[in-house]
Amino acid sequence: MLSKSQARSFFLFATVGFSGVFLWLTVDTVRQVPARSHEENMNASVIRGKEIWEKNNCMGCHTILGEGAYYAPELTKAVERRGEAWLRIFLKDPQAMYPGRRKMVQYNFTEEEITDVIAFLDWIGKIDTNGFPAKPDMAPVAVAAAATVAPAAGAVAPPALFTQVCVACHSLGGSGGVVGPALDGVGTRYDRDGLRAWLDNPQSVKPGTAMPDLNLSASDLDALTDFLMTQR
Amino acid sequence: MDSPLKYQSWRIAWTFFATCLLLLSLQIVYGFIMGFAHMGYDVLHDWIPFNTARATHTNLLVVWLLAGFMGSAYYIIPDESQTDIWSMKLGWAQWGSLVVVGVIAVAGFHFNWWEGRKFLEIPRPLDYLVVVNVLTFLFNIGMTVYKGKRYTTTALTLLAGLTAAALLYLPGMITFDSQVIDSYFRWWVVHLWVEGVWELVMGAILSYLLIKLSGVDREIIEKWLYVIVGLTFLSGILGTGHHYYWIGAPEYWLMVGGLFSALEPLAFLGMALYTVAMARRGGRKHANSVALSWSVGCGIMSFVGAGFLGFAHTLPQVNIWTHGTLVTAMHGHMAFWGAYAMLVFAMMAYALPEMTGRKHYDSWVAEWAFWLSNIGMISMTGAFAVAGITQVYLERRVGMDFLLAQEAVEVHFLGLILAASLFTLGISLYIWNFSRYGVVALSNDVSGDAPSPAPSLAK
Repeated sequence: MLSKSQARSFFLFATVGFSGVFLWLTVDTVRQVPARSHEENMNASVIRGKEIWEKNNCMGCHTILGEGAYYAPELTKAVERRGEAWLRIFLKDPQAMYPGRRKMVQYNFTEEEITDVIAFLDWIGKIDTNGFPAKPDMAPVAVAAAATVAPAAGAVAPPALFTQVCVACHSLGGSGGVVGPALDGVGTRYDRDGLRAWLDNPQSVKPGTAMPDLNLSASDLDALTDFLMTQR
Repeated sequence: MDSPLKYQSWRIAWTFFATCLLLLSLQIVYGFIMGFAHMGYDVLHDWIPFNTARATHTNLLVVWLLAGFMGSAYYIIPDESQTDIWSMKLGWAQWGSLVVVGVIAVAGFHFNWWEGRKFLEIPRPLDYLVVVNVLTFLFNIGMTVYKGKRYTTTALTLLAGLTAAALLYLPGMITFDSQVIDSYFRWWVVHLWVEGVWELVMGAILSYLLIKLSGVDREIIEKWLYVIVGLTFLSGILGTGHHYYWIGAPEYWLMVGGLFSALEPLAFLGMALYTVAMARRGGRKHANSVALSWSVGCGIMSFVGAGFLGFAHTLPQVNIWTHGTLVTAMHGHMAFWGAYAMLVFAMMAYALPEMTGRKHYDSWVAEWAFWLSNIGMISMTGAFAVAGITQVYLERRVGMDFLLAQEAVEVHFLGLILAASLFTLGISLYIWNFSRYGVVALSNDVSGDAPSPAPSLAK
């Protein structure tokens, strides 16, 4: 039967032996990580983004590389999934994008801070994560809101802003979000100036609307209005 | 009146235990805040946003468990060494400073003052205070063991576990620019604590309780203690790899982490079989049957929560879908409850009658506290499981939008809150029973520096 001293030897052997293996693997991991994470792209903006990420305890709601809390979306592939344009608008006023739904704290980030956070998320998204997060395997046609919108035959190609931002809530030709009304035929429902004024400041046209103020520049306003007016 | 208070340090132990229950109560409040937020009633958003509630909930857990371990040490170490604590003054100062640091940390979370690294949110300046605090504690306990010159396996394992826990806090204090390396070393603290050295503490405290409660020979209990902590390290150290699957670490961690974390339940199974076997062997002779229930319950629930439910999503082919979902919360709740919360509860259930001479353990309050809290926690785990598995399928496998999937599982959080109410009722009964023993910290019937009477029990 096992004696107490044999039991002690087993404990010491297991502890020292496996600690040794663990340290050896740690050395190898630290050596490999710079290449796997493209550390050469980890510029000052990325590092500032990480600081903002930590200062505000973003992991207290979100996960990144699957780590954090489970109250808000996984952000490892946020830039790939949403695009920079959407993220910029969202981060300026998170609650405007999802009226009446789960809330994110309004941090009043500056433009530079938003750039840094996006740079950090973009760097994270390009790490070799051994395949995480896996692509949904049970639905060949994903219902992701940001699905690409196929333009109708002969139609004008949509501006990037439309395919990244608008389709998060609105659909066109049957694909896109379901929060706002479908945009098929929107050109017949509005005149150009009315539509432009609406996109510029939704609250002034219809107080209390769920449509967020996207803080669009004059040129973006023109491009979007032009595109929407072709939807007849 | 004859005092059963054998050692002065037991007054400090009681104070730590009372602190535990206070912090646990607060932890439960923040749990409810998050449960309601998940149901869509995020009414406190402007004052206590989810990330504040979450950091407070988890850090309160860590602090109260550490306080429970420290209280246990102030109780066990003098008893095992058969000499009173080296310095009472240092002990009181250490308790006071831990409370002050804890209060500042938790208050700070409400003003965006934190480090934003999961489980290690306490800001850097406070980290240094924690280190000083823990060193003071270890010095005091270590000097007591040294003074007593009675080096039992149980006392040494407890001391080793607490010392290793202190050392492993340090890698979490190094700053890295790379999120990958940052995460890599953060798990040295978090994983190697809860699936490594804390299990040493757990094994030691359970051994002590079994020696006292079952009457089985110390040599036999301590022999199996070595086997179990040996199994813990054999599986747990390389089992850290299950945190390295998807963070940017090399691919071999999938194999190493998968293999060794699949072995981790063995250590917990060993712990469960050990508590049950020793309790049976001793014929459950000790009158304090509730303390034995908590001890055996700790062994069993830690196997189910930490061992079995951990294994349920530790293999890479499962984890790639479940990683970062509510499935983790399912495992986490029962694991911490079974392995560590029940351990501290067992220790308190054993120590209070010993410290006060009052026998409130055979009351219905003590019995129902045990059953209601456990049934509540098992049901909470069930609610998290249903929500988590649904989330995995809807969001991860079918590709439904995050918020739509979350809205689909909202109803399961109603189940969670109902289960949590049952749990809270059990905890309230436990606290009520605790209060019936009186305030041991202020008991005056031990004279100042008089030498402690020699313990009358050989065991």
